[in-house]
Amino acid sequence: MSFLSYLISGISLGSIYAIIALGYTMVYGIAKMLNFAHGDVIMVGGYMSFMATSYMGWSPVASVFLAMAVCTLLGIIIERLAYKPLRNATSLAVLITAIGVSYFLQNIALLIWSSNPKSFTSIVSFDSLRLFDGQLIISSVTLVTIAACIVIVCGLTAIVRYSKIGKAMRAVSEDKEAAQLMGIDINQTISVTFAIGSGLAAVAGVLLCSAYPLLMPTVGAMPGIKAFTAAVFGGIGSIPGAMLGGILLGVIEILGKAYISTELSDAIVFSVLIIVLLVRPTGLLGKKISEKV
Amino acid sequence: MKNFLKLKKTTRKNLVTYAMVILAFLAVWLLSAGGSISSAFRGQLVPICVYIVMAISLNLTVGILGELSLGHAGFMSLGAFTGVIVSISLQGSVSSDPLRLTIAMILGAVIAGIAGLVVGVPALRLRGDYLAIVTLAFGEIIKNIINTLYVGIGPNGFRISMVNAESLNLGENGTVIMNGPMGAVGIPKLATFTSGFILIMITLFIVLNLQNSRSGRAIMAVRDNRIAAESVGISVTRYKLMAFIISAALAGAAGALYALNFSTVVARKFDFNTSILILVFVVLGGMGNIRGSIIAATVLTVLPELLRAFNNYRMLLYAVILILVMLVSNNEQLKNMMKKFTGFFKIKRPPDLRGGTARE
Repeated sequence: MSFLSYLISGISLGSIYAIIALGYTMVYGIAKMLNFAHGDVIMVGGYMSFMATSYMGWSPVASVFLAMAVCTLLGIIIERLAYKPLRNATSLAVLITAIGVSYFLQNIALLIWSSNPKSFTSIVSFDSLRLFDGQLIISSVTLVTIAACIVIVCGLTAIVRYSKIGKAMRAVSEDKEAAQLMGIDINQTISVTFAIGSGLAAVAGVLLCSAYPLLMPTVGAMPGIKAFTAAVFGGIGSIPGAMLGGILLGVIEILGKAYISTELSDAIVFSVLIIVLLVRPTGLLGKKISEKV
Repeated sequence: MKNFLKLKKTTRKNLVTYAMVILAFLAVWLLSAGGSISSAFRGQLVPICVYIVMAISLNLTVGILGELSLGHAGFMSLGAFTGVIVSISLQGSVSSDPLRLTIAMILGAVIAGIAGLVVGVPALRLRGDYLAIVTLAFGEIIKNIINTLYVGIGPNGFRISMVNAESLNLGENGTVIMNGPMGAVGIPKLATFTSGFILIMITLFIVLNLQNSRSGRAIMAVRDNRIAAESVGISVTRYKLMAFIISAALAGAAGALYALNFSTVVARKFDFNTSILILVFVVLGGMGNIRGSIIAATVLTVLPELLRAFNNYRMLLYAVILILVMLVSNNEQLKNMMKKFTGFFKIKRPPDLRGGTARE
C-alpha cells in the first residue's frame, strides 16, 4: 500500500512538472529557444497568489486568476524586451540572455519579498480522500493537481490542433519563413506562445506551493530545471511528450527518494536525463529532424 | 621596440597579456612586501587567481568552442575535493608543501578532465542547448554526491562511505577528510599567491597556444560553422571534446588551489550560482577574449569587497549586465546605436563585446 501512495504522490509531483514542461516545450517548439526564466515565472505566480490571499483577502480561486494574469503579462514583457531583439542571434546569446532574465527575476523577488520563506496556505481546502479503510490517503491537493494537469493537456492539445492560432503555431514551428510568406504574424504567434506558457507557469506555481508550502525567491529554479529535463525526456516540442516525461520524472523522483536515498534523489533525476540523451536524444515521443544546409 | 612591432599581431597581443599578468603580480608582491596591503585584500589574492583561471578556462568552452557550459563549478568542485583528499593523504609521505600542492592540483585536473570526458561524450554529440542542460545536471549530480560522501584515512588505509562518518571504521588515529554535508575539514593551507600566479601563467600558456594552433583554428571553425568545418574534414566531436576536456581540467586545478586556501570547504560552495558568476566574468570580459576574462574576473572579485553597502544589488546588477551585453552585442539596431554613441566621444572603435573574431 505504501508503494501505491508513493506512486500517487509521484504522479502528483509529475503533473506539476508536466504543466511547467508544457511551457518549455511550446516555447522551444516555436521560438527554438530554451526559456531559462520559465522556472522563475512559476515563483512569481506563487508570490502573486500568496499576496492576494494573505494581504488582500482574496478567495483562493480569484488569486489563481490574478497570478495567471500577472504571469501572462510578465511572459509577454520578457519576450518583447529580452528575446525579441535577439530573434536572429546565435542560440548561445539567447540562452545567456535567458539566464540573465532568470537571475533578474530571482533577485528582484529577493529585494521585494526577502529571502525568508513564506508559508503558503494551500488553495485547496476540501478533505482528503480515504480509500481502503483509511490505509490509502490521497490529499485534496494531489487530486486537484492531477485533474488540472489532465484538463490543461487536453485543452492545449485542442487549441494547438483545432484553433486558428494553434494552426499558426504549428506553421511557425515547422518553417518560420514559409509561415511568414503565408501571412502569419510570427511575432504575434510567439507572443501568444509565451503568454500561454507563462499563464500555465502561474498555475504550476500555485499548485507547487500548495503541495510544498514554502515560498522563496528560488522556489521555481529547481522545478524549472527538472521540468525542462521532463520536456527533453518526453521529446521536446511534443505536448503529450511533456506530459509523459513530467509524470515519469515525478514518479522516478518520489520512488528514488523513498527507496534509494533522499539526498541523492536529484542526482537520480539528472542521471535519467543524461541516460535518455545518450540513448535517445530526441526523447520518448520526439521526432527526428533531419538537418537542412 | 622595433622587433616587438615586427612580431605577428596575435603574438604581440599574447605577449601584452602575459606582461600584464606578470606586472600585476610584481606590483601586488612588492606592495605586499612593503606591508601596504590590507589583510582583507591579502585574503582575496588566491581566490582572485582561482577565478581568473576559472574564467579563462570557461572562456575556452564558451568563447572559443561556442558551447555553453553551466556546470563549470562542478569541475571546480571535483578538483577541490580531489585536491583536499590528495594533500591530506600525502601529509606523511611528502614533506614539501609546494610539491604536495602541485600533486594535488595535477590530480585535481586529471579527475576533472576525466569527468569532462564522461560528460562531454554524450553531450557534445548533441546540438543546440543540450550541453548547457547536461552540464547543469552534472553540476547538480556532483554537488549531491559529494554531499553524501564520507571519506577518511586511518591506519587501515583509505575508506569511503555514503552512510556516516562512524561507518568508516577508521580506528583511533584516523582522520575524517570529508564529512558529508559538512564538507571537508582540517585542510592544510598550502595555497599561496605565488602558486596562484604560476597557475594563471600555465593556464594562459595552454589556452593561448591552443587558440593559435592548428587545433585551435579547427575548434573555432567548428564554432563558426559546424557544417562547413565538417565538410573540410574536421572531426567535430574530437575537437569539441578536446576543448571541453582541457577546460574541465583547468577548472579542476583551480578548484584544488581554491580548496587548499581555506580550512573547510563545502560542496554547496560550488553550486549553480558559482557557475553563473564565472559565466558573467566571461561574458563581460568578452567571449573569446582571454585578456578581457582576466580583467573582468579581477575587477568583479575585488569590487564587491569595496562596495559592501551595495551588496544586495550585486546579483541584480550582474543579471542586468548579462542581458545588456547580450542585447547590445547581438542586435544590429542597438549595435549601430552604440557605434554612434561611441563615435560621438571620438573613440575610434566601439568596444568589441563579441570578441573572438580576431578583429583588432
